[in-house]
Amino acid sequence: MNLFAEFWAWIGRPEQWEGPAGIPVRFAEHVGYSALALGISALIGVSLGLLTGHTGRGGFLAASLANVARALPTIGVLFLVVLFTGIGIVPVLAALVALAVPPILVNTYEGVRGVDADLKDAARGMGMRGWTVLWRLEVPVALPLILLGLRTAAIQVVATATIAAYVGIGGLGRYIVDGQARREYDMVVGGSVLVVLLALAVAVLFLLLRRYGVSAGLRRRGSGVA
Amino acid sequence: MITFEGVTKRYPGGTVAVDRLSLRIPSGRTTVFVGPSGCGKTTSLRMINRMIDHTEGTLAIDGTDVREVDPVLLRRGIGYVIQQAGLFPHRTILDNIATVPFLLGWKRGRARGRARELMELVGLTPELAKRYPYQLSGGQQQRVGVARALAADPPVLLMDEPFSAVDPVVRASLQDELIRLQSELHKTIVFVTHDIDEAVKVGDTIAVLRPGGRLAQFDTPEKLLAEPADDFVETFLGYDRGVRRLSFFPARQLRLRTHALVPQTATAAEAGATAARTEEPWLLVLDGERRPRGWLAAARLDPSQDHAPVDPATPVGELPLTSYGHVFQVGQDSLRAALDAAVLSPAGRAVGVHEDGTVAGVVAQTDLGEAIWAVGNEDDGTGPAEGAPDAAR
Repeated sequence: MNLFAEFWAWIGRPEQWEGPAGIPVRFAEHVGYSALALGISALIGVSLGLLTGHTGRGGFLAASLANVARALPTIGVLFLVVLFTGIGIVPVLAALVALAVPPILVNTYEGVRGVDADLKDAARGMGMRGWTVLWRLEVPVALPLILLGLRTAAIQVVATATIAAYVGIGGLGRYIVDGQARREYDMVVGGSVLVVLLALAVAVLFLLLRRYGVSAGLRRRGSGVA
Repeated sequence: MITFEGVTKRYPGGTVAVDRLSLRIPSGRTTVFVGPSGCGKTTSLRMINRMIDHTEGTLAIDGTDVREVDPVLLRRGIGYVIQQAGLFPHRTILDNIATVPFLLGWKRGRARGRARELMELVGLTPELAKRYPYQLSGGQQQRVGVARALAADPPVLLMDEPFSAVDPVVRASLQDELIRLQSELHKTIVFVTHDIDEAVKVGDTIAVLRPGGRLAQFDTPEKLLAEPADDFVETFLGYDRGVRRLSFFPARQLRLRTHALVPQTATAAEAGATAARTEEPWLLVLDGERRPRGWLAAARLDPSQDHAPVDPATPVGELPLTSYGHVFQVGQDSLRAALDAAVLSPAGRAVGVHEDGTVAGVVAQTDLGEAIWAVGNEDDGTGPAEGAPDAAR
């Protein structure tokens, strides 16, 4: 049994590309949930990371909470929230956000905190206010690490958004869940390959963001720690 | 003028970093804070732009108490140079220099135009404008740091050990550059260093601080080297302060002897006659443009000495000569440079040259000794004399 042949046969069937269960709709649902979850996570993770990194306060607490969140089983969070809110998008987002916030928060915090003390001293000594130091110095210098955290989170979210299928709201996970239930393994393979391709596309997107978003003065340096 | 009046910095734990510091820093001059680690020199500097707030006393710039000014606005009007330059790694050299103009809301074009001017002023080539800090050497980075501090043309410049992270050769050239800049710009510079030689070189006045943050002495470099206030200052200045003090006395007061100069076309016989007449053991041979060629030992010309005879008709320029080593410039060098030239000279004599490199004369050790002795006898508080060395005797 050739996986590639199965994938091509499955994806080549015209009915896969039409209707509410077709690839375009499932793909759009998947990307939509992922983007929404990542957006919320970035809002929480980046702002908390900047705040704790810039002030140097609460960093330990934030990192500890992030590590606890990291240890939560995603499926567990999903069903726990379902118990409170019922089936819908909220449990999916809650599970994905719990997954995505830790890498974003920790990398942002480390990135900002790691900006050389001499640079901060020079910035303040030239008459920059706290906000200006943050936006003109700390964020640009920490950007490679912030992007690394976002990339890690984005890839995890895209891969894990398949869980939306468990609560019946679609996404590429439907192919995997339905395929298993119906023992149609070409469908499982097809869904999985699409998720992998999407994750690769995310990785490429972040490569481009790094290439065009990070100053050339910083790019020769290593990309930091994951 | 920056005035410290009983300025103290006491930390909440009770540690006193600066203890009742009182001094007046004159405008348009370079004042150096120097002392061993823990003497509060950096703290004193950082209290001026309120990077650290003092806890007692009054600190005022041109009569305005710094505590009455928003620290951010205060700092934008004071240039700030730190040890590692502290350049922003994500910005080009040009934009690093334009940092304060940008903060002050200048238009982009004007700020960058000003930054280009400053690159030229501090001796950076225009190609560097688009580079990033990591692409520059330590010395170049430090020049950028100075240019950045000068960008908005502040009247006051604070420099916190600006040159201590570069190698000695680069450091010396940066110091020379600073002295040259200051002679054009006349900023009120406050310069912190732990290196007394650097302090003596760049400072118009020097404040020596002792551990515990107390002022030990505040004087001109000449006075400091001539009359250290106490044992602490004397020890801190080091054992060769006497020799270093000679840098403040001009070499032009030395007596230059010209009777032992011979042109390279003179014959060995003529040179021998000159040596015999002047009783000089060494003759300085000059080339056609009166520049030094080398020393000729008179003993080589004396037929009674035991060595291969020299044909009396040979021009001295064709005889083997001893390298003339270091020279000093009569017009601008100090007694210290002349002494250095004499010590390093194989003939034990210092060759004094004019600005164009032609020989002005030779200083014999006895004359040098007399000049130095005269300096040592001038210590009546009047500072270095510009006149002849005999004046004080």
